[in-house]
Amino acid sequence: MNPKRKKKLILLSSMVVAVGIAVGLVLYALSENINLFYTPTQIAEGEAPVGQRIRAGGMVVDGSIKRATDSLMVQFAVTDYKHEVVVQYTGILPDLFREGQGIVTMGAMDAEGIFQASEVLAKHDENYMPPEVEEALKASGHQATAQQ
Amino acid sequence: MMFETFRTWFHRMGSPKWFYDITGRWIPWFGGIAALCLLVGTVWGLFFAPQDYQQGNSFRIIYIHVPAAILAQSIFFTMAIAGGIGLIWKMKVADMVAKSCAPIGATMTFIALFTGAVWGKPTWGAWWVWDARLTSMLILLFLYFGVIALQSAFDSKQSAARASAILSLVGVVNIPIIKYSVEWWNTLHQPATFTLTEKPAMPMEMWMPLLVMVIGFYCFFATVLMMRTRNEILEREKRTQWVQGLLSSQ
Repeated sequence: MNPKRKKKLILLSSMVVAVGIAVGLVLYALSENINLFYTPTQIAEGEAPVGQRIRAGGMVVDGSIKRATDSLMVQFAVTDYKHEVVVQYTGILPDLFREGQGIVTMGAMDAEGIFQASEVLAKHDENYMPPEVEEALKASGHQATAQQ
Repeated sequence: MMFETFRTWFHRMGSPKWFYDITGRWIPWFGGIAALCLLVGTVWGLFFAPQDYQQGNSFRIIYIHVPAAILAQSIFFTMAIAGGIGLIWKMKVADMVAKSCAPIGATMTFIALFTGAVWGKPTWGAWWVWDARLTSMLILLFLYFGVIALQSAFDSKQSAARASAILSLVGVVNIPIIKYSVEWWNTLHQPATFTLTEKPAMPMEMWMPLLVMVIGFYCFFATVLMMRTRNEILEREKRTQWVQGLLSSQ
């Protein structure tokens, strides 16, 4: 490789590395803001702003879903297996919403510490399997998925 | 020895005529494999692969969505490498390859975003969320648009190639961000299902058609890239003797 090309190669590679480092630092500084949602632990530890609209994410706690008989209101708890947040939502839930499912919900904490949600999104994991496999797994006592 | 062979090959590829001739022989092969894989993969994935236990049939969008998203990133990488070679070795063919990559990559990114939105609505409950994966993918689309715009913003082919190569090289930083966005931050998008380095997160009868589709998409890209580059070569070399000879022989 002649010296001129070598110089150019070094110049270009250092440019890419420099831009990479700069972007990396910016993303690191912004990392809290890039997170789509706060976990229940972050909310419990006061990392999430109070009174503002935020997104909270976690797993729907088994047996925590309570539906109102006269409206579309539904109450459930989400957990990250350390802390729990109680969520109230009025509206239609996505198809994948179920106990044990990961969800992301948008809303704000009210005075009683209940998360008043205006939007609920279902999160799913990267595992796919046929229904028969899932049933077989369940029958053998394994959790089908470890989500999130 | 290996290095010497590679160097000869590299320099030969730099000759437009040689590139034109050899790719002319490769195109039927890549095109044939692409057509076969895409046909087999689509039929297999859409009709024979089992349903997902949670998502039912809507999970089948994976057979378009994932290959398109993989290609969107691979093509950007290819474009940046070709652009870098063009900058350093002043190789015209590399410039032409880089230029030919951009529209294909933009299309793949659009397909990935579009199928993702269609998939997101029934499963997540939203067409679009500003999470890190989706946003970085949208930035990739804008980077492609930037490269395409720069390619046609200059009168001189050399300045156009240089400007767009620099943008592609800077934009390449976005590729690892896309890849690791789902691990670095909390996102609605789930981590990767299709990896070659880890045990697949789906059973073989679901994974195999996906693999066939990914291979098909790569061969399709190779075919279209060679065809576009050949057109570009003919366009730019139209005054040379060998292109004139090609024209008069037909």
